[in-house]
Amino acid sequence: MNVVKVDGKNSKHRVLLYALSTCGWCRKTKKFLTDNSVAHGYIDVDLCTDEEYEQICRDILERGGRIAFPTLIVDDSRLITGFNVDEIREALEIGNT
Amino acid sequence: MNPDEEFLISLLEGLRENEEPLMPMQASRAATGVFELDRDIICPCDYRDPDCEEYGYCYCGLYVRKDVAEKRLPIKPIPEWRPSEKLARAYSKEDVTVSEKPVEEIKTTLVSEEHLAEVLKMWYCRQCGYVCFREEPPYVCPICKAKREMFSRLTVKIIG
Repeated sequence: MNVVKVDGKNSKHRVLLYALSTCGWCRKTKKFLTDNSVAHGYIDVDLCTDEEYEQICRDILERGGRIAFPTLIVDDSRLITGFNVDEIREALEIGNT
Repeated sequence: MNPDEEFLISLLEGLRENEEPLMPMQASRAATGVFELDRDIICPCDYRDPDCEEYGYCYCGLYVRKDVAEKRLPIKPIPEWRPSEKLARAYSKEDVTVSEKPVEEIKTTLVSEEHLAEVLKMWYCRQCGYVCFREEPPYVCPICKAKREMFSRLTVKIIG
């Protein structure tokens, strides 16, 4: 599976983003992470193979999420659906600037 | 349309990228590429009007209600309420048997014992509800620009 790695100064948390390459909210999420210099990896699930896509959906469901994008997984434990800035800030310990 | 120019451009780019290999799929939802499975999320999607009414904008954020756009009210992500069985089907499409028929036919009968004067071919756009009488459906819906595949035939018996 093609995980795109993005470096950043903030590497306090392990951050994985499931996104759609065409989605405006996913783009906003990627921009937010980059702007806040959060080290993360992302997967554009619409560009994955069917098998990979199924695997990702299963992963999201097993974590109790809904199949919606963006889905952010923090430290392999916390799942955040959607570009919910406040929740993302809190999970990644990013203050309001 | 979303008044935030940068966001709007990003959404339109997403739609265009989706349109090239497939159809004008909604940019914020994952599509299967199987028309009948994706039909409800092809932009403008089935969820747009209820979402615009309830939240003031659609799930993608492309369509924004006039008052929200004019007042420049904040546009935040809204919950997904596409039925979960559709979401589930979307990621296990091999389990689904899909009708090969590109255009489904819906028969409407106006009940009457009186004689039928005429039988007309009538097509309606499943996206916006536009209706026309003609031999074949239009290539593009003149109202919402949906593609021909989005039209279904209605057989209506006009009672004379």
